[in-house]
Amino acid sequence: MAMLFDSEQQLLADTARDFFAQHAPPAALRKLRDSKDELGYAPELWRQMIDLGWSAIVFPEAHGGLDFGYKGLGAVFEQAGRNLSATPLLGTVALGGSAVMLGGTEAQQAQWLPGIIAGESLFALALDENPRHDPSATVMSAHAGGDGYILDGEKSFVVDGGIADRLVVVARTAGTPGSSDGLSLFVVEAGSPGVRRQRRNMVDSRNMAAIRFDQVAVPAAALLGQAGQGAALLDAVLDRARVCLAAEMLGVAGWLFDTTVAYLKERIQFDVAIGSFQALQHRAALMHVALEMSRSAVLAALTAIDENSPQLPALASLAKAKLSETLELVSNEAVQMHGGIGMTDELDVGLYLKRARVQQQLLGDASFHRDRYASLLGF
Amino acid sequence: MDELQIFRTGVTAWLEANCPPSMRTPPGDGELVMSGSQVEFQSEDQRLWYERMRDKGWFAPGWPLDLGGGGLDAAHVRVLETEMTRLHCRPPQINLGIWMIGPVLLEFGTDEQKQTFLPPTARGKIGWCQGFSEPNAGSDLASLKMSAVQDEAGFVVNGSKIWTSHANHADYMYALVRSDNQAAKQQGISMLLIDMKSPGIEVRPIDLISGKSHFCQVFFDNVRVPAKNLVGALHGGWGVAKRLLQHERTAMSKFAELNMPGPDLVGVVRRACAGSEGRIANAVLRDKVAGLEMEAHVQRLTQQRIVEMAKARQDVFRAAATMKYQMAETEKRSAETMVAALGLQGLGWESEGFSPEELEVTRQWLNAKSLSIAGGSSEIQLNIIAKRVLGLPE
Repeated sequence: MAMLFDSEQQLLADTARDFFAQHAPPAALRKLRDSKDELGYAPELWRQMIDLGWSAIVFPEAHGGLDFGYKGLGAVFEQAGRNLSATPLLGTVALGGSAVMLGGTEAQQAQWLPGIIAGESLFALALDENPRHDPSATVMSAHAGGDGYILDGEKSFVVDGGIADRLVVVARTAGTPGSSDGLSLFVVEAGSPGVRRQRRNMVDSRNMAAIRFDQVAVPAAALLGQAGQGAALLDAVLDRARVCLAAEMLGVAGWLFDTTVAYLKERIQFDVAIGSFQALQHRAALMHVALEMSRSAVLAALTAIDENSPQLPALASLAKAKLSETLELVSNEAVQMHGGIGMTDELDVGLYLKRARVQQQLLGDASFHRDRYASLLGF
Repeated sequence: MDELQIFRTGVTAWLEANCPPSMRTPPGDGELVMSGSQVEFQSEDQRLWYERMRDKGWFAPGWPLDLGGGGLDAAHVRVLETEMTRLHCRPPQINLGIWMIGPVLLEFGTDEQKQTFLPPTARGKIGWCQGFSEPNAGSDLASLKMSAVQDEAGFVVNGSKIWTSHANHADYMYALVRSDNQAAKQQGISMLLIDMKSPGIEVRPIDLISGKSHFCQVFFDNVRVPAKNLVGALHGGWGVAKRLLQHERTAMSKFAELNMPGPDLVGVVRRACAGSEGRIANAVLRDKVAGLEMEAHVQRLTQQRIVEMAKARQDVFRAAATMKYQMAETEKRSAETMVAALGLQGLGWESEGFSPEELEVTRQWLNAKSLSIAGGSSEIQLNIIAKRVLGLPE
């Protein structure tokens, strides 16, 4: 397994670093927040990302993609995280796009992937119905009716759910809540009759929506994969998105850490830089250890996606759990080590702290993934 | 076939023919032969393997032939080591003289020192111990105080060394001594080779919290050391020691994979709290075990990343500086979790009523405490990261 970036991936990472720092720094998120922007992201930024080819990175060349792999996409996610850049990348590419690519027939891919790649279509994954991630808890039902299926139920906390024009909806065609048997995935037009969306204003200003599906009719061709057999597809999609999210978290944690270490060197108290105190030095060193371990976990998991490794599920849970723990540590220490100023809204640290907590919960927190990792390893 | 390939074929054939099958299994605790004048064997196979490798000159394959070595260059030594690893051959013997002081004497020693010490060391006749740490010089090694006062014949040594492995069986000690009290602390240190049979030396084995150990404390009372046993320059011992510690790291990495693995975390906790289908029934312990398995996993991945970075000629220090801390702390927490899972059954001391595995868990739990103390304590590791990686001020 080659964990390091190759020269092309490194070039992409460098380009993304400069791009997000220049075009979508934390100040841009602050502006979206303060103006109560309806979209929660800047369409012109997304347009620039499309022009750079970043919506195409993981998709097959046959449908206009670059077939460049998730490791490249991960490099972009890390830099977006570092700058808290608001983009539809998670909902549209990592979740929705992955679902279409992995679960769609040739015809379905041809129908939806070019639109995603060209920036004409935004996707979201409507999965969780409870505040804590749990795919098997799905209650929402889909039963045969009309010329396809009738969907009924309610989804909470759908990332990018308010801006997407298409929703990949997880519903139960069989089985009972608590079991992963009987799940199915459907691509639903967000404007379909019976779909009602409500924005949820989250602490991190990330775009989130609650969505009610009231007897929504979809054609048979909306089904991704086999009816009732969606759990494996869903897992594969979620693992790709979890790893991308972990890469984004690595960027968030990296910014918090670098900013905090810089502050320890410049903040003078008792006539010396506070970074000269061993009590703080050791805590900074512990964060460094956690970050190095985290980077290894993210790189290994990204590599596992591209190598189609059977280790992916365990590595995805490893990356998501480790990054959740690291980010909790680093974000809390960042606030504490900045002292009073760390409590102010003026300092960007608070924005990163809030983003960190939302990321920790999304797609499963550390305890969810420790449990999953243990099950995968057979204990 | 090139020459190296021919050599490899020959080595493989020789090892297959000469290494007894019982010497091709992972050694248990205390099952490696310590060479020296008091060498002891636990089996006939051990003795055979020892003598065959000795007669081949392969105790020290990279040393010159005329100094008792195998006369192989680095590439050939690597082939031999690779083949021994591949065929699971145990090292025929363990001797700090070969891994540590030998290479230093090859580099810094006088001709007389090389002739006197290297051939018998390579033949296993001199066993060595290392005298660095002192009761008041552990993490702060350069503050060592054992004094060496010069006179016409050489040095008179007074003081004490501690944590000296196998001092009770060793023939010679290479020791750091304070030869100049006035100089700054790193500058007043010399390295001496001390005959352990010298009058005035007393060796006391140390019992650890885990029981008997190979560690000793050594006391020196007016011990005479001839001037010809000074290694390198007078007061230049610190530089020699730093070089020697580089050999230690190489040797440690060679031996790291050799040891028989201890009790495994998942297995122990699963047996102690068995649930259905191999699950750990206790949810809190299961969560803890998963967290620890994950820490061990990210640690292995980081080790792998470091290897790849080194191959790509990237600077590995940022990542490598984290490893000792991470490994020690994870190992300690794993040992604690095993003891906790076993309850009082994990806290027995002797055989009656306790299985070998349970007693092993107990010993490992106690032994693991040393992981964050020996070889640079965890606090020292964090200091190194804070100062040398993060650049935090003094």
